[in-house]
Amino acid sequence: MTTDAAPVADGVAHRGEVVMRAEAVTKAYGGTHALRGVDFEIRRGEVTALIGENGAGKSTLMKILAGVEQPSTGVITLDGVPVDFRSPTQAVAHGVAIIHQELNLCPNLSISDNIFLAREEVRGGFVDFAAQRTAAAAFLERLEEPLDPTTLAGDLRLGQQQLVEIARALSEDARVLIMDEPTSALSHAEVEVLFRVIRDLTSRGVSIVYISHHLDECLELADNAVVLRDGRIVAEAPMADVDLGWIVTQMVGREEGDLYAPMAHDPGEVLLSVRDVVVADPDSPGRLAVRGVSFDLHAGEVIGVYGLMGAGRTELLEALAGRNRILSGTVELDGVDLARRDVASRIEQGLILVPEDRQRDGLVQTLSVGANMAVSAVNQFLRRGFVSRRAETAAVTETGAKVRVKTASFDAPIGSLSGGNQQKVVIGKALLTSPRVLVLDEPTRGIDVGAKADIFALVAAQARTGRAVLFATSEVGEVLYACDRILVMARGEIVAELDPRTTDREQLMAVADTSATPVDTTSFSPTGSDTNDEA
Amino acid sequence: MTATKNGSAPVSATAQARSRLLGNRGVGEFLLDQRAFVALIVLVIIFALMTDAFLTPTNLITMTKHVAYNAILALGMLLVIITGGIDLSVGSIVGLSGIVAGVMLQGWDLSLFDTTAYPAVWVVVVISLAVGGLVGALNGWLITRFNVAPFIATLGTMYIARGAALLISNGSTFPRLQGDPELGNTGFSFLGVGRPLGIPTAIWIMVIFAIVIWVLATRTRFGRHLYATGGNERAAQLSGVLVKSVKMRVYIISGLCAGMAGLIIASELTSAAPQTGQSFELNAIAAVVIGGASLAGGRGTVKGALIGAFVIGFLSDGLVLVGVSSFWQTVIKGLVIVLAVILDQSQERLKKARAAAQAAQSVKRELADRQPVATA
Ligand SMILES: Nc1ncnc2c1ncn2[C@@H]1O[C@H](COP(=O)(O)OP(=O)(O)OP(=O)(O)O)[C@@H](O)[C@H]1O
Ligand SMILES: [Mg+2]
Repeated sequence: MTTDAAPVADGVAHRGEVVMRAEAVTKAYGGTHALRGVDFEIRRGEVTALIGENGAGKSTLMKILAGVEQPSTGVITLDGVPVDFRSPTQAVAHGVAIIHQELNLCPNLSISDNIFLAREEVRGGFVDFAAQRTAAAAFLERLEEPLDPTTLAGDLRLGQQQLVEIARALSEDARVLIMDEPTSALSHAEVEVLFRVIRDLTSRGVSIVYISHHLDECLELADNAVVLRDGRIVAEAPMADVDLGWIVTQMVGREEGDLYAPMAHDPGEVLLSVRDVVVADPDSPGRLAVRGVSFDLHAGEVIGVYGLMGAGRTELLEALAGRNRILSGTVELDGVDLARRDVASRIEQGLILVPEDRQRDGLVQTLSVGANMAVSAVNQFLRRGFVSRRAETAAVTETGAKVRVKTASFDAPIGSLSGGNQQKVVIGKALLTSPRVLVLDEPTRGIDVGAKADIFALVAAQARTGRAVLFATSEVGEVLYACDRILVMARGEIVAELDPRTTDREQLMAVADTSATPVDTTSFSPTGSDTNDEA
Repeated sequence: MTATKNGSAPVSATAQARSRLLGNRGVGEFLLDQRAFVALIVLVIIFALMTDAFLTPTNLITMTKHVAYNAILALGMLLVIITGGIDLSVGSIVGLSGIVAGVMLQGWDLSLFDTTAYPAVWVVVVISLAVGGLVGALNGWLITRFNVAPFIATLGTMYIARGAALLISNGSTFPRLQGDPELGNTGFSFLGVGRPLGIPTAIWIMVIFAIVIWVLATRTRFGRHLYATGGNERAAQLSGVLVKSVKMRVYIISGLCAGMAGLIIASELTSAAPQTGQSFELNAIAAVVIGGASLAGGRGTVKGALIGAFVIGFLSDGLVLVGVSSFWQTVIKGLVIVLAVILDQSQERLKKARAAAQAAQSVKRELADRQPVATA
């Protein structure tokens, strides 16, 4: 597809030899040292897992390899030759491609325009849109996600957008492919497909760097493990020689056993009562995302909602929080029906959502870390009508410490935080409103194992004080260990209610999988083909 | 149970009837979608009913000629707005390029060489356009090199270009730009009053500019990068789009368009005044917005901008023709602009309302499907 990409190496013969190397790389952002002398190797035809806590410097290292950032000191070599990439385009021209941790799509362009952005198929001065569509469809096909390539990227759900990013990386035909948390919004089945694609790539000599906080994925997929802590490489080993416990110990310096605090709450009276809630799919009008869901959430209880992608979890949670319209049904908090209220008055009543997409819905990019955290709770800091800076700073500092945000200061711009730390800010922001019912959608997206444990400890602490927590996740481990009751969703309905103490991994996945009929993953909205082309 | 069942039957029948209406695009939505065009038609109909003079071929041609330079400005502005920027300097560039042409046609005083030059008309045109492009390049440079917000950068150059026009002309008008056969610089009036094939040159120029910019925006690599820059600048940059070069180019194009408009006006009046083009930038922005572009960037079409220019132009000329006072003309123009933006918003709302209606209808259908099982 690309005109200038280096050919894929006939790598099988040279498997394991070093393709790309970072030597003594450091990177400083002002006073923050993101990398402090890193030596890192990428081997031909192998998957290298780069593991580390939030803010360890993983993304920074990868951005340097991919030409997005330049190292403060140190050298990058490709095939033994020093290279100095000044832009991602140069890196791609040398066969180095990256899937970024945060989504980077233009919502106003179609899928195929996004995939071929800046690498358009040009024929006689004009873009060959038809050829691009065909090629885009082929890449989506390879990822087993048969979306219409003319759909606008902005109309896709998060997981689909992530697949488009992956398709774009595939189209770059790279020999070194860096994946920075490519699966954070993907379902189990989609991850399986991605793994097949990755194995196919490595068998053809492509080298992969894989970053994920899903350590089981790394164990399953990678040939080598490299652990980064505080900007330094602290451990390296062939994956075959290590296990989960080793990785976690290297990463956080504590044993895995401590990670999840055991859950045992005795639920009080009903706090939130949800009855027959029906919600339309915001992406495709006429399709129902949630079809008649009812449940009770008790004071002091933590409910985990598990389900595959498209099961309706996000739509249900967003409807509870007032972001999606509830077509029929009631949501009673303390006997007050909130189903017709707006978001602000639901927050006032004590119900707040930590949204799935922190970039788009959770953070104000122009504000500082502290201001982002305080934004929902400003009312609490009013003293005689004015915002008290002192009260605000005190509350932000306290909550920031509680959720363990790693930041240079609370005045730093939110964009300077690592992905996982931004997520902690979003959670801190919700906690600051002192909610009675805390609703979290994929709260651990992009969060390292240590911080995950912290978050669930926080959740448990919330429940102990008589509040209630409802969270949705696609991670089996989280529902099994971090809640009192599991609701399994499929096709917009609750298909099972399970007790985590008597359920195991296989049972849970079986319930979710078998209940999910082959849903139409292609959400063609009628506006989808509204491109910028004019008739 | 039975009562509900009986009750639900007629409901689902009406629901089906409604689905037939809304299943395809609703009429209201279609009209909203094409609102700029609808507005134009409505304007034409209203004015045609009010005065017989409106729908005559001569008047239509005259009005289109007036539309032409606004449309040319709007086309340049469109590209800028698609990238998420704004260009406030175009009105001043109109004045400046006219004055530059005026100076040269009246005799370019090259005191350094102790002569007065009378360049040929094509040289005059090229240099005046270049001056427009240069101011555009200055805009682009300020915006991309120093990260100045487009609004501020072009506000600054708006004053600078206007000041330059006043300085060059010393505040006075250059009359009689038709040239002198003896000096070989006649023919400038062709731009403003020429009529190849019976159609004014200005209209030809508008059509050519429109086609070129339409092709640029919809068929080329540059066009995709334009929309990408406006849609998500960071994503575009990380994908390898040279965002700065894209921005540089749109401001230069906008400057060139403004230079062209300045030439057309100077030629039409066969005189150049430094004040020409004041507040034209606002007309251009209005045209682009009426045409459905978003000031946030990433959205906008050539067709829309053209229709927007026609709406603005026909509105002013029509109001004059039917004898509305010039004060009311200003108020009405303002109302039309605000209305355009309100309609833009209600289009989104209508879409959502329709989605909800459809979903509600499918709940009812589903309940109707379920009940026979329950009662059986
Ligand atoms: N643009 C920036 N300005 C200032 N500091 C930055 C910037 N980008 C990253 N940092 C800092 O560099 C450190 C490393 O960040 P990085 O994004 O590489 O972490 P990470 O390992 O990818 O974490 P995560 O798992 O959360 O994604 C963090 O302390 C972060 O705050
Ligand atoms: Mg990261």
